[in-house]
Amino acid sequence: MSITFNSFVQIALFLALVLALTKPLGLYMTKVFNGERTWLSPVFAPLERFLYRACGIDPAREQRWTGYVIAMLVFNLAGMLLLYGLERTQQWLPLNPQHLGPVEPQLAFNTAASFTTNTNWQNYAGEQTMSYLTQMAGLTYHNFISAATGMALAVALVRGLARHSAEHLGNFWVDLTRATLYILLPICLVGALVLVSQGVVQNFNPYTVVHTLDGGLQVIAQGPVASQEIIKELGTNGGGFFNANSAHPYENPTALTNLIEMLAIISIGAGMFYMFGRMVGNTRQGWALWAAAAILFVLGLAVALPAEQGGNPLLAHLGVNQQASALQPGGNMEGKEVRFGITDSVLFTVTTTATSCGAVNSFLDSYTPLGGLVPLANIALGEVIFGGVGSGLYGMLMFAILTVFIAGLMVGRTPEYLGKKIERKEVMMAALALLISPATVLGFAAVASVLPQGLASLTTNTGPHGLSEILYLYTSSNGNNGSAFAGLAGNTPFYNWTGALAMLIGRFAFLIPILAFGGSLVGKRVVPAGPGTFPTTGPLFVSLLVGVILIVGALTYFPAYALGPIVEHLLMLAGRTF
Amino acid sequence: MHLSLKSLLREYLRPALMLTLLLTILLGLLYPGVVTALAQLLFPYQANGSLRYADGRLVGSELIGQYWTSPKYFHGRPSATLSDDGSHLQPYNAENSGASNLGPTNKVLVQTVQQRIAELKRENPDAPPGPVPADLVTASGSGLDPDISIAAALYQVPRVAKARGLSQETVRQLVLSHVQGRFLGIFGEPHVNVLDLNLALDALKH
Repeated sequence: MSITFNSFVQIALFLALVLALTKPLGLYMTKVFNGERTWLSPVFAPLERFLYRACGIDPAREQRWTGYVIAMLVFNLAGMLLLYGLERTQQWLPLNPQHLGPVEPQLAFNTAASFTTNTNWQNYAGEQTMSYLTQMAGLTYHNFISAATGMALAVALVRGLARHSAEHLGNFWVDLTRATLYILLPICLVGALVLVSQGVVQNFNPYTVVHTLDGGLQVIAQGPVASQEIIKELGTNGGGFFNANSAHPYENPTALTNLIEMLAIISIGAGMFYMFGRMVGNTRQGWALWAAAAILFVLGLAVALPAEQGGNPLLAHLGVNQQASALQPGGNMEGKEVRFGITDSVLFTVTTTATSCGAVNSFLDSYTPLGGLVPLANIALGEVIFGGVGSGLYGMLMFAILTVFIAGLMVGRTPEYLGKKIERKEVMMAALALLISPATVLGFAAVASVLPQGLASLTTNTGPHGLSEILYLYTSSNGNNGSAFAGLAGNTPFYNWTGALAMLIGRFAFLIPILAFGGSLVGKRVVPAGPGTFPTTGPLFVSLLVGVILIVGALTYFPAYALGPIVEHLLMLAGRTF
Repeated sequence: MHLSLKSLLREYLRPALMLTLLLTILLGLLYPGVVTALAQLLFPYQANGSLRYADGRLVGSELIGQYWTSPKYFHGRPSATLSDDGSHLQPYNAENSGASNLGPTNKVLVQTVQQRIAELKRENPDAPPGPVPADLVTASGSGLDPDISIAAALYQVPRVAKARGLSQETVRQLVLSHVQGRFLGIFGEPHVNVLDLNLALDALKH
């Protein structure tokens, strides 16, 4: 009743655009990762060859899963150390017109872990903390390579499924370089300029000093924003140049930039599902995963949108008009921008948490309890709803394995996926990958909600909402999302260290079993499909997959959510405040 | 796997360090540099912050909301931005953007909104009675929202008209002529840019 007609139209058009982009992007990425020539090769192939030569990389030499993992870890460690170094020494380096000092050690460590793991959790306000050089050479760089790392790993896993009786999963250096040069960089060059045309700033100016008409003084932060903004979304990173992230008018000035940013967040993830189908020789395999993701996406919207558009009953009692009309967006406008209203805010929020992005154009801590439950649950389900670039695909494939395993148990047959027998080792690795996250999230959250160091940070909100804030912090860190219930004062030693740990576990302790899984599959033979084979392309598989994702999520997290957002919702209806 | 020190260095450490160095130069310096050069060439107004001038004087950015207090100007939304050191509220501090982050059942939120409603009604005695537009009493996400809803602008028309000695109809028409609609009639929400509207008000006087 509280959703407007315009909401339906916007959402339908958005999903249609995602659908339209899936196949062309997927086809293009298939070419890139198969090492074929693309229409961009005349520009980037010489640069690609130069990079391999200078770095001593033999692009023809592929790696086993162990080699792939070591390369990924060493490369990420080097980048993490470089970022830490930049943060600590920015006061002596150029491009620092505001003369910002060094970033404190524990905050610098948290940030380095955060950007390396594609999380982009931020315990700082960008415009008050990071010099232009740190933003560019430190943070923008990591926005690219953490995304490229995720894509490379997903491709390696897909090769594990697609190849048979083989040993190698590909070459990490080559996959990383090609993802960067042929996919991320060209889209960003064009996308950044489109954002600038709408008002996203791109300069090295000192902050602008304004004497306002009303006799006030205003200092306006500037910077090379557009070049970071586009990769922030495209790489599902999410770390804002400014504290207010994509709610800031210099990051996201219009409805058009909002649409572009949402499409950038979700398109590569959606395209990778198609790429997967293409690489395993049956595009319907990819579309089945796509359909499951789309169903979960719409489910999230169906809960969050009415909750936010319905507004806050506590404010309605005070005499606040929250009715949507031709004259106002209405709804729960605390923490939201007028140009986006409710629909564009909620659509952005569901998009950013269905994937592992974490950019926000509205502030989740002020969402209604059910409106805030959706992003929390989206991340907790593993960000497989199209998901982060790469990470969405490998997360969804783990659920697919689990689904065929459960289906196999029901009929008493050895499960197969894509013609490969799923045996003890594979199920163990998939289960391990899926269990690490809840163990980390709930473990840390339990500790933080009893220790004084954890509770001391509940400076803005208390009661059940305080528990939601703590749960959100570890869910977002572990899921490498980076969005926040930002009322929690996260820049303390306790949260800087435990948060960083949760991010590193969520990224690397998840990746290693996944690559081990790929390494074990790649050596298997393909058995032809028989009459007993459970087809993994039809509606039955899609519904089972959606069911498994929801049931695993619900069984794991329901008790915690009951004490946080769900009880808060009931108390809000009863008129209680905290 | 031959994990000898030599192979470790050759196969992993050298590519890792060299690729980190070269990609930092490419993605961290060249890419933002090229985008800046092109942006400054193609869209200098937008790239430098959409800054607006009146009578040759810099009066703000079209995209960054300001803290308006005088009755003769339209006011923006409440802003929860803090001072640079984070010690106190400083509305529309454009070098420390941010939201209130108050949860929906937070006492402080309810009290703050209650105070804002009282203040709003005091400042606008001639406004229509009854519930007030939501965006006028809630803080935006950025703390720098440059816009208000049409309802929020119309709510302030009697006050602004009185303070300027203009007819309500004149001011109302000015508001309606400054409504920015949805993109393609579909995306986003209709809104009024406060600085734009106030500059037009001042221009009306001359």
